[in-house]
Amino acid sequence: MLRELYFILRGFLRTSGAMFLFFLRLLQYSPTVLFKRFPLVVHQIHNAGALSLVIIMICGFFVGAVLGLQGVSNLARFNAEDSVGTLTAFSLLKELGPVITALLFAGRAGTALSSEIGLMKATDQLAAMEMMATNPVRRVLVPRFLGGVISMPLLTAVFNVVGLFGAHVVAVGLLQVDAGAFWQQLQANVGSSDVYEGIIKSVVFGIVASLLAVWEGYNTIPTAEGVGRATTRAVVRTAIAVLILDFMITAVAI
Amino acid sequence: MSNPTENIVEIRDLDYSRGPKEIFKGLNINIPRGKITAIMGPSGTGKTTLLRLITRQLVPDRGHIEVDGIDVAKLNQRDLFRLRQRIGMLFQNGALLTDYNVFENVAFPLREHTKLPNRLIRHIVLTKLHAVGLRGAADMSPAELSGGMARRVALARAMVMDPDILIYDEPFVGLDPISMGVIVRLVRKMNDALGISSIIVSHDVQEISTVADCSFLISDGNVVASGSPDELRNTSSDLVRQFMHGMADGPVAFHYSAPDYAEQLLGRDAE
Amino acid sequence: MQQTRSVELGTGLFVVLGFAALFFLTTQTTGSETFSGAETYEVQARFQNVGNLKTRAPVSMSGVTIGRVRSVELDPEQLNAIVTFAIDNRYDEIPDDSDASILTAGLLGSQFIGLQAGGSDTFLTDGSEIQFTQSAVVIENLISKYLFSSGGDDSE
Repeated sequence: MLRELYFILRGFLRTSGAMFLFFLRLLQYSPTVLFKRFPLVVHQIHNAGALSLVIIMICGFFVGAVLGLQGVSNLARFNAEDSVGTLTAFSLLKELGPVITALLFAGRAGTALSSEIGLMKATDQLAAMEMMATNPVRRVLVPRFLGGVISMPLLTAVFNVVGLFGAHVVAVGLLQVDAGAFWQQLQANVGSSDVYEGIIKSVVFGIVASLLAVWEGYNTIPTAEGVGRATTRAVVRTAIAVLILDFMITAVAI
Repeated sequence: MSNPTENIVEIRDLDYSRGPKEIFKGLNINIPRGKITAIMGPSGTGKTTLLRLITRQLVPDRGHIEVDGIDVAKLNQRDLFRLRQRIGMLFQNGALLTDYNVFENVAFPLREHTKLPNRLIRHIVLTKLHAVGLRGAADMSPAELSGGMARRVALARAMVMDPDILIYDEPFVGLDPISMGVIVRLVRKMNDALGISSIIVSHDVQEISTVADCSFLISDGNVVASGSPDELRNTSSDLVRQFMHGMADGPVAFHYSAPDYAEQLLGRDAE
Repeated sequence: MQQTRSVELGTGLFVVLGFAALFFLTTQTTGSETFSGAETYEVQARFQNVGNLKTRAPVSMSGVTIGRVRSVELDPEQLNAIVTFAIDNRYDEIPDDSDASILTAGLLGSQFIGLQAGGSDTFLTDGSEIQFTQSAVVIENLISKYLFSSGGDDSE
């Protein structure tokens, strides 16, 4: 029993250590890729960000809309319907925006990253690159990592704005809350520190989600089954990491 | 090279094991310059592993590997990459980059390592594609290619930097007879026209006999026979003769290895 | 070429949209800009108790927001609260004997300053102080007062 625990602990430490070293390696190449091979990064921002835009906007709208609906119907008990703007803004900017965007990102862009890299490994494309004297970490992994890191805060911001719009549509458009009160309450109560907390979270989640997706893809067992398993693992690990980190950042911020 | 060594690749006393399984034990091979050398052996003897050791995608446990007089174990990343620019490698399934079309795949090494203008890159790429007969497929994506075509594109890509050495990993596997004939002819043509050294790994004895200048037969982690394909065919060694002829006859080769397994199984039973 | 162009276009669209959203969040959801770009003048008022009044709370007159609270500080000598608020220059004819009170919007709403116009001929200018103020109504005090007085009634 104690022995098993020891092995589990040792495995965990080894994985986190390897992952951290991997992260450092990505960072090491990031500046050159960013400044000398920017078109590669643009391509990945397109894959990770632009292609996730539609799903982010749809989900953002409905999350905002349901917050508006819940907010109005529950705040009505205290005659405080006007505060629905504040409620929605706090929920979206500080929590739901960064977290749900990160989870959607893991599902949409993260899986694509892992399976793409895993497949490149399984079909010897990474080895072929190495034989063509091109470092696959720099050529394949770093642009994808950077694309994810850059995309996440932007996706989160879009999610939040569309969410506020959704809440506005429901609260003001359907449930007759005064538009002025909605925005005035919101602006009076939301401080810039609240906005920054959300942005910091989205940056951290962007790094974590991209790192895990790229890591799992790169360490895929090069078979069809291995690719599938790596993809699943990337999503599960990202979800767990994001929720734990969310708690930790919130605890520090408060 | 001012003083070219006689052998393009020299391997001495190579040991390599993966996990508990010993793949090579004291392997010695000299691959001559300017010729087509075949490395043959039953599946699972580590032929692909040997290629990866020569190109230092893998590092040996012990022993010495020299490529064109350079000890590959002692290279740092930059010099290794410089050496690899002089080696073209054809992977089993071509390993074309799925992100790019045929043209960009062939252009990839040029774009990565040279600052040539687009016009010149286009010129070089189309020339190489023409050499493998696929100039017309330049705009196709790798997914649209048949196995034989993919391998020809990969060959064009392997040649695009005008390498000194071309390495083929199982170039004949899974091809129809026509595609196979095309590849065999291309291998010969590339080697003679460009004066490069070729190394082919295969277990396809029949095809390889028609193209190789000399060959090595590997089994159980060591070279069991070497020489020209004809010499191998007429050798006195039972093992080699069975392998060479067995493969030529098709299923006989599989039957040959059966008693060996049976003996092992029986031996284990007796324990 | 065609393909790269559409990739670049899509990416450009996404990045512009993302930064526009970020800009919106940082500027429009927070009340940091009172009246964007408008000129303001500052007026002070002293209160015994400001309750939950926060900076950036609105200052309104007859229900119209005319300014924002800039700072809430404690006067170390008189031990009462000095509230500084900025009023839009458009409203420069507010009588200087107007009174300021701290009001609450709804039961759970935030607090704001309400100005009640006086009758003087001179007006508030930058740096002037409002003399007549009414502190925030603290609900706990109100409740205890009500309980105390009703309890007193019973005992008599």
